[in-house]
Amino acid sequence: MSVLVGEQTRLIVQGFTGREGTFHAQQMIEYGTHVVGGVTPGKGGTKHLDKPVFNTVADAVKATGANASVIFVPPPYASDAILEAADSQIPLVICITEGIPVLDMVRVAAAVDFKKTRLIGPNCPGVISPGKCKIGIMPGRIHQQGHVGVVSRSGTLTYEAVHQLTQLGIGQSTCIGIGGDPIIGTNHLEAIRLLNDDPDTHAIILIGEIGGNAEERAAEFVRAHVKKPVIGFIAGQTAPPGRRMGHAGAIISGGQGTAKDKYAAMAAAGIKCVETPADMGSTVAAALKG
Amino acid sequence: MKIHEYQAKAILARYGVTTPRGEVAFTKEEARDAAQRLKSNVVVVKAQIHAGGRGKAGGVKLAHSPDEAAEIASNMLGMNLVTIQTGPSGRIVKRLLIEEGLDIKRELYLSLLVDRISGKVILMGSAAGGMEIEEVAKDHPESILQETISPIVGLQPYQARKIAFGLGLPGEVAAVAVPFLQSLYRAFIDTDASMLEINPVIVTGDGRLVALDAKMTIDDNGLFRHQELRGLRDLDEEDPLEVEASKYGLNYIKLDGSVACMVNGAGLAMATMDIIKYAGGSPANFLDVGGGASAEQVKNAFRILMSDPSVKAVFINIFGGILRCDVLATGVVAAAKDLQLKVPVVVRMEGTNVEVGQKILRDSHLNFTIADGMKDGATKVVQLAGGAR
Repeated sequence: MSVLVGEQTRLIVQGFTGREGTFHAQQMIEYGTHVVGGVTPGKGGTKHLDKPVFNTVADAVKATGANASVIFVPPPYASDAILEAADSQIPLVICITEGIPVLDMVRVAAAVDFKKTRLIGPNCPGVISPGKCKIGIMPGRIHQQGHVGVVSRSGTLTYEAVHQLTQLGIGQSTCIGIGGDPIIGTNHLEAIRLLNDDPDTHAIILIGEIGGNAEERAAEFVRAHVKKPVIGFIAGQTAPPGRRMGHAGAIISGGQGTAKDKYAAMAAAGIKCVETPADMGSTVAAALKG
Repeated sequence: MKIHEYQAKAILARYGVTTPRGEVAFTKEEARDAAQRLKSNVVVVKAQIHAGGRGKAGGVKLAHSPDEAAEIASNMLGMNLVTIQTGPSGRIVKRLLIEEGLDIKRELYLSLLVDRISGKVILMGSAAGGMEIEEVAKDHPESILQETISPIVGLQPYQARKIAFGLGLPGEVAAVAVPFLQSLYRAFIDTDASMLEINPVIVTGDGRLVALDAKMTIDDNGLFRHQELRGLRDLDEEDPLEVEASKYGLNYIKLDGSVACMVNGAGLAMATMDIIKYAGGSPANFLDVGGGASAEQVKNAFRILMSDPSVKAVFINIFGGILRCDVLATGVVAAAKDLQLKVPVVVRMEGTNVEVGQKILRDSHLNFTIADGMKDGATKVVQLAGGAR
C-alpha cells in the first residue's frame, strides 16, 4: 500500500500545454502515472502528448473520470485553478506553482472544504509512491519502492533524503512534499497522520524548516499517536531571524519558528533528531534495525 | 517588500485612516519648509529607515520651530542609526518624516497579519502601545486581544467593537474605532500586505484615534498586480549584492562568514549552511540558484559570491534531479574560467551523469575539489577557507 497516490490514480494536468506542464507531464507518463488528459482554456478538443485537452476541469473530469489533478498554472492564475479543481470535486489536488500571493491562499483556504478536496502544496515538489505513481516534479529514478514515508516542506532536501535512503537499499512507501508556503493545504501533522495509518509504512522522516510551528504541532501528534519510528531534521539552524530564506514560509519572526524550538519539540515527542542533513538516511537505517 | 513609515501612512490615509499631518523631507531645507507649512507648535522629526526602535536610538526628535526642525534634520540626515532592529552596522538615514505634534492621551497597539495556523488574517490589539509586541506576548499574553477575520465577509463591526471595548476605549472613541479598523483592514487587503503594524495608535485629548506610526510589509508575490506600489521599494535599505542577485532571479542573503555556498533549492541551501557550521566553519551567505540551476544562473551566482570580499572558499552543493550533472559541470567550468576564479571551490553534486560531471571538473585543471557527499564537502571547504574557528 501507499497513501494519496497509487495505481488507482487517474491524473489530469492543469496548465497542460505550457512549458512546465508539458515537460513534467511527459516525465510522469514515462514513470507510469496514468495521465488521462489535461486542461488549457481555449485548447479544448485538441490532443497534447497523445492525451485529450479540455477547456475546463469539469469537462475533463466528465470525460476521463479523473480523481487527481496537478497544477502547473502560473502564480496569478493558480488560486483560480485550485478553486476550479475543488469545484469539480476532484478528491486530490496537487499544486506545484511557487509564488502565489498569500492572500489568494487565504481565500482558497476559506472557500475550499479540505475534507472533500485534499490539497497538497502549493510551492511543493508533489507526491510519489515509488514504482506506482508520481505526481509532480521530483526525479523518479532516485526513488525505490519500500516502507519509509517522507514528509517535507522542501524539494531538493527531500530528494537528498530519498537518495540517501535508496543508496542504503531502503525504499519509500510515499514521499509527500507539503510545500514551502505559509498557507498550505496539507500540513506536517496531516501528512504524518496519513502515513501513520498506512500499514505499509514502517518509519517516517519528517523534514521541516524554520518558520511557523507546524513541526511542533506534528511532534505533539507523534507523541500522542505514532508508534512507528519517526526521524526528524530541521533546516535553517544557522538562518538569521527576520529574513525569508527562499521559501515564503521560511522566516523566523518575533522569535517564533526557530530550528532550536522545533528540535526541542521533536526530541520531547520521542522523534529521533538528525543533526546534519548528511545523516538522514543512516539514522533511518539505525531506527529500522532498532 | 518593506516600505517606509511615510509611504505606509500615505496608503492608509487614502483608505480613510487618520494619520498625523506630515511631509517627507530629503534635505534640511525641505524639513524647514515642511515644518513651516505644518503651523504646529511642536513638530516631530522622524528618521525613515526600514527598522523599528528608532525612538530610543535618537531617530525621533521634537522641534519647536522650523529652524530647530532644520537643525535636527541636518544632524539626522546622513547619520548612521543603530537600533535594536538594525543590527550593529546600523542604517544611514536619507529620508525624514516631518509631522505635527499631537496631544497624546493614550497609546495602543494594533496590527494585522496572516496567521499560518488558521490560514486567515488576524487583527491584534493591545493596551500597551509603544511596547514591542513580542515583549508583551512574553510577559502578558492575556492582555493581547485577537480577532480572526473571515476573508469572505471581511472585518465585521462587532469584531472591531470587541477590540475597541476590550482595549478600554470609552463609547465615543469606540464608535470611531469601528471605521478606523475597517479602513485598516481594507488597506491591508487591497495592497496585498502581509503585515501592518500601528504602534502606537493614539487617542488624542479631543477623542480622536490617530495612527502615529505605521510599519507595513507588502507580499512580494502580490506585487504583480500592484504596479503603483513597486516604486515604493527603497534599494538603499537593501544589501547591494542582494539587490544585484534579485535581478537574476537568485535568492541570495548575505551573512558574515567566509564560506560561500551555491545550492539549488531553499531547503537544501539552508541545510548546507547548517552543515558548514557543523563542520566548524561559518557560511558567508544563503544562495538558492533555483531547482534548475542553468549555466547562466551558475555564472551570475559566482559573480555575486565573488563580489563579497570576506569569501575565502566556495561550496557548490547541487542535487541534480531533473538537471544533469554534466550540464551543471560545464556551466561551472565556463563560469570559473570566465570570471578567473581565485578562491578554491569544492563541488558536491549528485544525480544523473554524476561521473561525467566529475570528469569535466577534473579535466578543466581549475582549482576544484570534488567532494564525496555533503559532509565530506563541508569538511573540505571549511579547511580550504582557513580551518575551523
